[in-house]
Amino acid sequence: MLANGSEVETVLSIRDLAVTYGSGKSALTAVEHVNFDIHKGETFSLVGESGSGKSTIAKAVLGINPTSSGSINFEGTKINGKLPQKLRHSIDRKIQMIFQDPAASLNERATVDYIISEGLYNYHLFDSEEDRENKVRKMMEEVGLLPEQLYRYPHEFSGGQRQRIGIARALIMQPDLVVADEPISALDMSIRAQVLNLLKKFQQEAGITYLFIAHDLSVVRYISDRIAVIRRGRIVEVAETEELFTHPIHPYTQALLSAVPVPDPKLAQHKKLIVYDPKIHHYENDKPSLVEILPGHFVYCNKEEEAKYRSELAAVAN
Amino acid sequence: MSEEEQKTILKVRDLSVEFQVRGKTLKAIHHVSLDLHDGETLAIVGESGSGKSVLTKTFTGMLEQNGHVSGGTIEYNGQMLTDLKNDKQWVKIRGKEIATVFQDPMTSLDPIHTIGSQISEVIVKHQGKSKSEAKKMAIELMGRTGIPDAAERYGDYPFEYSGGMRQRIVIAIALACHPKILICDEPTTALDVTTQAQILDLIRDLKEEYHFSIIFITHDLGVVASIADRIAVMYSGRLIEVGTVDEIFYDPRHPYTWSLLSSLPQLATKDTNLYSIPGTPPSLYSEIKGDAFAPRDPYALKVDFEREPPLFKITDTHYARTWLLDPRAPKIEKPEIIQNLHERIEKQMESDFMKRAETEGEVNAS
Repeated sequence: MLANGSEVETVLSIRDLAVTYGSGKSALTAVEHVNFDIHKGETFSLVGESGSGKSTIAKAVLGINPTSSGSINFEGTKINGKLPQKLRHSIDRKIQMIFQDPAASLNERATVDYIISEGLYNYHLFDSEEDRENKVRKMMEEVGLLPEQLYRYPHEFSGGQRQRIGIARALIMQPDLVVADEPISALDMSIRAQVLNLLKKFQQEAGITYLFIAHDLSVVRYISDRIAVIRRGRIVEVAETEELFTHPIHPYTQALLSAVPVPDPKLAQHKKLIVYDPKIHHYENDKPSLVEILPGHFVYCNKEEEAKYRSELAAVAN
Repeated sequence: MSEEEQKTILKVRDLSVEFQVRGKTLKAIHHVSLDLHDGETLAIVGESGSGKSVLTKTFTGMLEQNGHVSGGTIEYNGQMLTDLKNDKQWVKIRGKEIATVFQDPMTSLDPIHTIGSQISEVIVKHQGKSKSEAKKMAIELMGRTGIPDAAERYGDYPFEYSGGMRQRIVIAIALACHPKILICDEPTTALDVTTQAQILDLIRDLKEEYHFSIIFITHDLGVVASIADRIAVMYSGRLIEVGTVDEIFYDPRHPYTWSLLSSLPQLATKDTNLYSIPGTPPSLYSEIKGDAFAPRDPYALKVDFEREPPLFKITDTHYARTWLLDPRAPKIEKPEIIQNLHERIEKQMESDFMKRAETEGEVNAS
């Protein structure tokens, strides 16, 4: 499904994924027909409103949520459904997660030393106690924590520092893919930048791939290579970041972008909000699918809409 | 914005607030003086722990048990709020004259009462209307705040509403007794961008309709640009800069305001790092000597570590607390990244679809 799939290496490939919660009458399909690829070393962002299914997809990738149909391929191996224990174990190391709320996701009764080492213990990734300690110290230094903080508890740290601990414990596992679910939403403006820069540094040094989940589009624009917009459990548009911001095609994407605050008083006063009305789609007979409308730019539409979008694009090009 | 002799509805003078925590005294607000003009929207911007919420809680007598105003005055419409002794006296102000909309609409609504009864309760209590009259007014208010089929949804419970709708209800309750001042404490932080934009539009429209003044608390400068007339920046319990929205965005003077603007993600490009402020805000327990921001301030002078700067006047509406404004200080330009802020953001948006949609709209209109 890639446009110029020649050079890029695909780390994660999701095909026709559906996740259903509950069963029988109370079954709720949280996401369906999800398709996307994540390339090695890129930051791929999922944006959408709360309840749209962003975190559901993330949890499916991590193997926390069972999937009801479709496939998730990680480095060529299918990782959803029942897996041999050994395989599950090795995948769990390669895919790590950074959570939104660093206060809730750290064991408050464990020292930083233990929190960062826990994965190393589970996978016996050290030769000796000395080696483990060195690894932890080196990691702490890389995320900007001080060695004397090694035996402190999470509550002794500020929000930004706790998020650094969360990053340290994920990255010490040397993962190939890191799923970051709203990692900066709970942080203050001045601390956000520190954490984002840290994530970027690791990507440049270790070639880590990020699946980034966020709702703040101004941050997403800065960090992402490609973006998928999700609404009500369906991906409505996928494109490279600048392409998406300059040529959003789906009306929902347009509405989402129009809502991003502009930090400039002169421009902000003239800004118009576009409201998305789901009733504009007529999908009774002409069924929609994710169509590649420009190379690498996918939009969820039916035949009629596709023709309309194409003629609009032609008009812009002229 | 600067019509001469604007009526001041709330006057804060030299206000200090202290908390008693485990036997220690913690000073959360340091000598803040601030005016709220009639009909304006004043934004208070600062990081968590900067004291912005504590400051506004003193306006409605809602400080936590262990906190108290340790100095200074708050005057509302000629009445000294700092003289009010007990809850009985505060009730006449709180909700009726000055109402607050909090960040999390789930915790400010009662989960076991219907949405409608929570609005009409306020109307019965404060305006002395009968139950049926109150219900009629509540439904009207729900409609005004953008709840579709208000009459049918009157009997719903909070959990049946989405976050955005709940926040609309909280706003409806706050407006039920026609307050003169609406304090919005991060009203959109817990909401999605699209909902956030709708709630901001709603607040703006209702302000025109009901004629109140707004104090808008936020940590997000991006939100403020579209809604505020004036901005007050707080750091570590101190007011460090105040000015009109244009003055703060286009002519900021305090290094902390500079760094807040510099860290806007809209100003960063892909191949550079985001600007980040080194270090963390100071602990409120520690005694701060000099300028509280000095340890994180690359422009700090020697005097910043020794003496706290006064508020220097730049224009009639613009004040900043930094020694850089002292005539003896070396002349320092604001960082390059926030020079020509308007041009920078306009340029970045040029290619954007929003900008294009706008200009196309103009072409069509003419």
